[in-house]
Amino acid sequence: MLELYGTTISSRLLLGTARYPSPAVLAEAIRRSETRIVTVSLRRETASGKTGGVFFEMIRDLGVRVLPNTAGCHSVSEAVLTAKMAREVFATNWIKLEVIGHHDTLQPDVFSLVEAARILTAEGFEVFPYTTDDLVVAEKLLEAGCKVLMPWCAPIGSAAGPLNLTALRTLRGHFPDVPLIVDAGIGRPSHAATVMELGYDAVLLNTAVAGASDPAAMAGAFARAVEAGHEAYHAGMLEPRDMAVPSTPVIGKAVFA
Amino acid sequence: MRILVKGAGVAGLAAAHELAVRGAEVTVVDPRPDFSNAASWFAGGMLAPWCERESADEAVLQYGGGAADWWAVALPGEVHRKGTLVVAPPRDVSELKRFAARTSGHEWLGEEEIAALEPALAGRFRLALFFPREAHLDPRRVLKALRDKLTAAGVRLVEEAQSEGAFDRILDCTGAARIADLGGLRGVRGEMLYLRSAEIELVRPVRLLHPRIPVYIVPRGDGLFMVGATMIEADNDGPITARSLMELLNAAYTLHPAFAEATVAETGTGVRPAFADNFPRVVTAGRTIAINGLYRHGFLLAPAMAREAAEAVFAEQPKERNFP
Repeated sequence: MLELYGTTISSRLLLGTARYPSPAVLAEAIRRSETRIVTVSLRRETASGKTGGVFFEMIRDLGVRVLPNTAGCHSVSEAVLTAKMAREVFATNWIKLEVIGHHDTLQPDVFSLVEAARILTAEGFEVFPYTTDDLVVAEKLLEAGCKVLMPWCAPIGSAAGPLNLTALRTLRGHFPDVPLIVDAGIGRPSHAATVMELGYDAVLLNTAVAGASDPAAMAGAFARAVEAGHEAYHAGMLEPRDMAVPSTPVIGKAVFA
Repeated sequence: MRILVKGAGVAGLAAAHELAVRGAEVTVVDPRPDFSNAASWFAGGMLAPWCERESADEAVLQYGGGAADWWAVALPGEVHRKGTLVVAPPRDVSELKRFAARTSGHEWLGEEEIAALEPALAGRFRLALFFPREAHLDPRRVLKALRDKLTAAGVRLVEEAQSEGAFDRILDCTGAARIADLGGLRGVRGEMLYLRSAEIELVRPVRLLHPRIPVYIVPRGDGLFMVGATMIEADNDGPITARSLMELLNAAYTLHPAFAEATVAETGTGVRPAFADNFPRVVTAGRTIAINGLYRHGFLLAPAMAREAAEAVFAEQPKERNFP
């Protein structure tokens, strides 16, 4: 079972809640995905609403755990402030930490990320850092107190799928005991299965489901792909060979031709 | 039949029109008759059900398909049937393909056809989608014109709260005022701005697709352009944020660099009331019928909702007589 900061989680699929056609569609996608954790981005306009946010009440009512994120933050201070606001709104120490370094590609600013992770950990947060697939950055994040890593496999929303399998394998190989969640870049269920086959612990998706023509059906498809990849990893897969190997022995077979 | 319509935004005025046409004696009450409380004051005014189908259910076509006709009959001359142009920067052409896959009623245009429709955009986009059956109107002109038409037809417009006992039915069209009180209604914040430029001329609404920040620009005539709109899950109607302003301006600039020289005539924020499925409904509770949840489809879906509410009012009238 997946364990994140001491909490056992029954699903290996995490779902983002942005950009669905409607909250009703989002709720159905969450149900079909069987996810236990959803990420929610908090904007300042949201936190200062008059009624405390019907949208957030809806999400809280879905019965899943909320992992607030600092999406859209471009600096350490902004990310720290957003994390503190999220802690109040959602009453959780969990925070998915995003510090964006590049406006167009939404590439993480890994320097600020490490710094923000250090500050938030000291303040009692349990940090889920959204990072690149860089090994050294990953080490620094662990030093900063993170106990989970969330590397991208391609830029956010790109739907490109795993671009650098070697880097993903390296992370897995170096941190066998740290929960690794691929966050960002997955476009289709086969991408999710691929990273799970590498031994990743979970996958976080948003656009791939929210942007599908039928988000609820796509959520179900991803749930099965994640499960299949995970089972396959533990079942021991064959390595590709350069020659054909028949599944039935040829020796002793009657020859007619 | 004496009816009190609460709220003089697009939902209230459209409902008052439907009821007055059917012969009801209508009073419309709104503490702010200058529309400063109405989300519809900040609307784009696009009658674009085919484009909206991209993210909305099929019902948006079914209920919104007749909107342009309704407005054209109610207020002759106010509806511009020029279609909608949807473009994307070369880098985001895949967004255009995605949009096309989810919508119908469109045709693909090449560079020359784009230039023929909108000469100001000549040479700027290689590919576009054109939705010829769509239309647009100017929400502010239309709200005022509808108010004047109703007043001329004998509908009373008042600011002071009315004693509800004096009316047979109450039509609640108070929109965002009912957030958190009417089952599951929430607010979706929208920010917009008006730009003024004498250098660009557009004939029809243009939607610019972008993976994160899709925007539309609607020409209002006389060099005025409405740029909208953000979609933020919040019922906060405070001033536009610097980020939203920057994103909207960026998009306008991407559509045409001449917008960099435009002046910012106004910025505005409205809270759109929406139900969980983002589709409006008519809710009956005793003598009160509520129209709410018009979301980003005020001018598009208010006619259908107004008709539904008016039918509900008149359909139940004989029953009331039979069982006093």
